[in-house]
Amino acid sequence: MKGKVFKYGDNVDTDVIIPARYLNTTSESELAAHCMEDIDPDFAKNVKKGDIIVARNNFGCGSSREHAPIAIKASGIQCVIANTFARIFYRNAINIGLPILECPEAVKEINPNDEVSVDLAKGVITNHTSGKVYYTHPFPESVQEIIKSGGLMNKLKKEKLNG
Amino acid sequence: MGMTMTQKILAAHAGLDSVQPGQLITAKLDMILGNDITAPVAIKEFEKAGLDNVFDRSRVALVMDHFTPNKDIKAAEQCKCVRQFAYSKDIENFFDVGEMGVEHALLPEKGLVGPGDCIIGADSHTCTYGALGAFATGVGSTDLAAAMFSGEAWFKVPAALKFMLKNKPAKYVTGKDIILHIIGMIGVDGALYKSMEYFGDGLKYLSIDDRFTIANMAIEAGAKNGIFPVDEITQKYIKDRFQRTPAVFEADEDAVYEKTYEIDLSKLKPTVAFPHLPSNTREIDNCGDIKIDQVVIGSCTNGRLSDLEIAAEVLKGKKVAKGVRVIIIPATNQVYMDAMEKGYIKTFMEAGAIVSTPTCGPCLGGHMGILAEGERAVATTNRNFVGRMGHPKSEVYLASPYIAAASAITGKISSPENL
Ligand code: SF4
Repeated sequence: MKGKVFKYGDNVDTDVIIPARYLNTTSESELAAHCMEDIDPDFAKNVKKGDIIVARNNFGCGSSREHAPIAIKASGIQCVIANTFARIFYRNAINIGLPILECPEAVKEINPNDEVSVDLAKGVITNHTSGKVYYTHPFPESVQEIIKSGGLMNKLKKEKLNG
Repeated sequence: MGMTMTQKILAAHAGLDSVQPGQLITAKLDMILGNDITAPVAIKEFEKAGLDNVFDRSRVALVMDHFTPNKDIKAAEQCKCVRQFAYSKDIENFFDVGEMGVEHALLPEKGLVGPGDCIIGADSHTCTYGALGAFATGVGSTDLAAAMFSGEAWFKVPAALKFMLKNKPAKYVTGKDIILHIIGMIGVDGALYKSMEYFGDGLKYLSIDDRFTIANMAIEAGAKNGIFPVDEITQKYIKDRFQRTPAVFEADEDAVYEKTYEIDLSKLKPTVAFPHLPSNTREIDNCGDIKIDQVVIGSCTNGRLSDLEIAAEVLKGKKVAKGVRVIIIPATNQVYMDAMEKGYIKTFMEAGAIVSTPTCGPCLGGHMGILAEGERAVATTNRNFVGRMGHPKSEVYLASPYIAAASAITGKISSPENL
């Protein structure tokens, strides 16, 4: 699926992804309504299903709140591409089923509003606006399985049902 | 390509011959930890997913340490949730008031973690157990929920930084000063994603408690874990304590490190981290005149018997400065009892300090010593972020028990050398 790019800089922290004042809810749609509010007030209004966030270093730094990847995922973002992710955000994103990719080359060259698609299984990022293709490490099957299932707990639940 | 100690432990737990930095693997876990803050969230998810039992009753540890003895109704409800879960699932390592201690002091003391282990905990300072030659790292609540059921977790294999420690540290230079020096040098993201691996002839001068302190603060440098080789000091500590068979891993000769830092321990000075980052360090001689209101000696960083011994050495026969509140928190019941037996508790109370039951308490601004606006504390804890110990305009200075105890006597940041 092709999506439009929202581009941000370094150190996008969990407080701007979902400000602490909204942590009194676990409702996904409410979280999505305030996603990125403090650096991009129009994000929630403009984002469409399948869009992509591209950012630079240390995306998701700060607290270990799982609300941050949940808000991004619930807002319809199909994938976050960055140079690097903060460690616990990286885990939390995969565990709740938000696809993320590290690819400094793509981050450097992709511009805001470019049309981009990703192939998670192959680790391929295609910029349809510039026609450029980027290759990064694909996730191993076990992690793709988590993302496909919609998160770690859903995967376990499924495995359990299948005995 | 050779592997580091961390990489070898991960490979072994993933059932692989070798792993490479950046590779994603699924590894079997030897111990899984949760506390009164993170476990309730995980338990809810566990139950929501309809999972019935934990994979192994002996490999889950639940420790009620952050807001206990229950500081308010919410804390009481959280502990109740964990207690019910622990009893209904027959969790062997459930530690409630009376048995509990600060988790990262308690698990090693009880012999629940040891060399070669692969451990996750829903608490960022789980990295403490690297002191014993284990791979241990902090995770989120979903990880905890899933791991309690499956006994596994996925990891991205970290690259490594090598720290060569040389020579003997001077008197008054402790593990805390070494790790503060390192964080001051590489910064709070200086080891992001990576493992911090310690080597060198200086290791033989570092007690197991010094190593716990150093491994504990790996997260303050952004690291995934910190790890020490297993030597005689480790073996002596785990003897008659560790409940499983230790597995000793060594880094390959040709293991790859992104960077090597050499540190001459004999040149280090007692070091203090100023507000509001652990990397904002100054040597004691450059601290100036900082008047303080409170001293906290305790936490998973420095609440062990040797830390209290240091505090007692400094406070013996002295009086706490007027206007300074000194709160000493033995990290576990065992530490408390040992300190009592050795007369430390009496020394503290005669000096005018108070001694609390084991708890995280003030370390995270929970209870038992919250700071008011404008107040300053010297603490042997590990974080001095804005508002960490109370009011957003209060300040925390991180230091060793030597500096904390000396500061208690003078009422300003001081070295025992100048008493
Ligand atoms: S003592 Fe402080 S750092 Fe350690 S586990 Fe408790 S709250 Fe966390």
